Amino acid sequence: MHPVTAARDRSAVSYALAAPHMTATAPTIPHETLTSRLLETAARMGIVGFARFISGAGARWINCQPDVNQRIYFANHTSHLDALVIWSLLPPQCRALTRPVAARDYWEKGRVRPYLAKHVFGALLIDRQNIKVHQSPVDLMLREMGDRYSLIVFPEGGRSTDGELQEFKSGLYYCAKKRPDLELVPVHIDNLNRVLPRGEFLPVPLLSCITFGPPIWLEAGEPKTAFLSRARESVRRLRDL
Amino acid sequence: MTVDWYSFWIFTTLLMALTAATVVGQMLRRRTELGVNPAVVEQFNQRTRAWWMMTAMLAVGFLLETPVVTVVLFGFLSFWALREFITLTPTRTADHRTLFWVFIVFTPLQFYFVSTGNYEVFTVLIPVYAFLFIPARIALAGDYKRYLERSATIQTGLMICVYCLSHAPAMLYLQIPDYNEFRLLLFFFIVTALSDGFHYVCEKTMGRHLIAPAISQSKTWEGFLGGLGCAALCGLAFAWASPFDPLQAAVMAGVISAMGYCGGLTMSAIKRDRGVKDYGTLLAGHAGVLDRIDSICFAAPVFYHFTRYLVVP
Repeated sequence: MHPVTAARDRSAVSYALAAPHMTATAPTIPHETLTSRLLETAARMGIVGFARFISGAGARWINCQPDVNQRIYFANHTSHLDALVIWSLLPPQCRALTRPVAARDYWEKGRVRPYLAKHVFGALLIDRQNIKVHQSPVDLMLREMGDRYSLIVFPEGGRSTDGELQEFKSGLYYCAKKRPDLELVPVHIDNLNRVLPRGEFLPVPLLSCITFGPPIWLEAGEPKTAFLSRARESVRRLRDL
Repeated sequence: MTVDWYSFWIFTTLLMALTAATVVGQMLRRRTELGVNPAVVEQFNQRTRAWWMMTAMLAVGFLLETPVVTVVLFGFLSFWALREFITLTPTRTADHRTLFWVFIVFTPLQFYFVSTGNYEVFTVLIPVYAFLFIPARIALAGDYKRYLERSATIQTGLMICVYCLSHAPAMLYLQIPDYNEFRLLLFFFIVTALSDGFHYVCEKTMGRHLIAPAISQSKTWEGFLGGLGCAALCGLAFAWASPFDPLQAAVMAGVISAMGYCGGLTMSAIKRDRGVKDYGTLLAGHAGVLDRIDSICFAAPVFYHFTRYLVVP
């Protein structure tokens, strides 16, 4: 079974527990036909090729190697293409186990985006407007990860307009606190905001660069603000390497 | 297919020269005790690889007996060079739509018109239509900050990376009587490649007087003149492959060499302005295409038009 399909089954289980607007994917897919599987594979290959071509992205791994163990990739957010490009640049084995966390309001619009989010890269959609205390996004993310998947998150919470890193939201800290075994891998995205700036829908094929840095962990007793600024710095310093 | 012995021999010469360059480059890379700067060796090897690639692009078109393949391959090369150029130069968000037109419309259109051999259209498409479109579209976007600078950089990028480079495959469409145009492009390639090499050798052995110290610490008058002289001799030696008589071939080779040198100098100036060493290090993980085709970009259009004046009836 393809991991994305597995993720869907898992989410079907979690659906019963979570509030309806919180679930990552639709509750059940009744019939998984061969045609739809082939279509998904083709779409996946197409989208990976497209993302790599349009972003002209080169991946740099600095003191970090691609691996299938559980990770949270956290990156600066510059463009709608961010998650897609990072996901596409991972080697296939890692890609199959990695799910981007994305905004529900953007990825549920139209016909193409929901299909891509659900079937092609198994995105974990988070409702930005309707956050409840007892079903926080952090809980949802950790439950969806299980003991198998990795996530791509953007702790700034939104796209920056001037290319500077904003303050990180606290979700990353709570993830690290609840699951101290996860590797937190900083990722820096360079120049992708020029490929697809805010408010544009047609990408211009410039060259961008994605840098993966050495993983960080939450230190014992480290305060929230100290950890978040350390995480932010770990992304920022990749720009100058 | 009738065997065209001239084309066969010039192809063989080019392949032998490239093989020699590859062997020397690899030998220098392995034998570090010779004390040659590894960065320079690496640069040399990258350049050789680029020449292999371009020869392959030409060979495919030649063997399939259709210039269209070569045009398409050069189109991709242009596209990549333009990506590097625009990535390097600062544009603003308001230029996004303009850039989209430049990449998605003008670049393919230019190579399309080259492939139809439509001289009247492909020589004016960019200098007239694109050059008027770009400032107008930027003005339409309503952001006047550094307006002239932004229009000029996009125009320069389109000019150098697309318009100039497209003249190399356009040579295949020159209607020269009793002549296979692939040979003209091969002649051009051989002279450009050797002239690049001679410039380098002359600079290393005799270089004293810098041409523009603020722009390049390696470009010297001795390198320029030495390279020019050697290139002219090469032109003379390969005159049999060209449509020119020996004197014309020598002058043409000199022109190619001089223009190629200007191309290198211009690219150095742009890089200095943007504060990068070479286009390869602009964004890590990318090979710099522009670094290796700078001499072709400048030499191709001039060589194209000179050939047209001289031998096209």
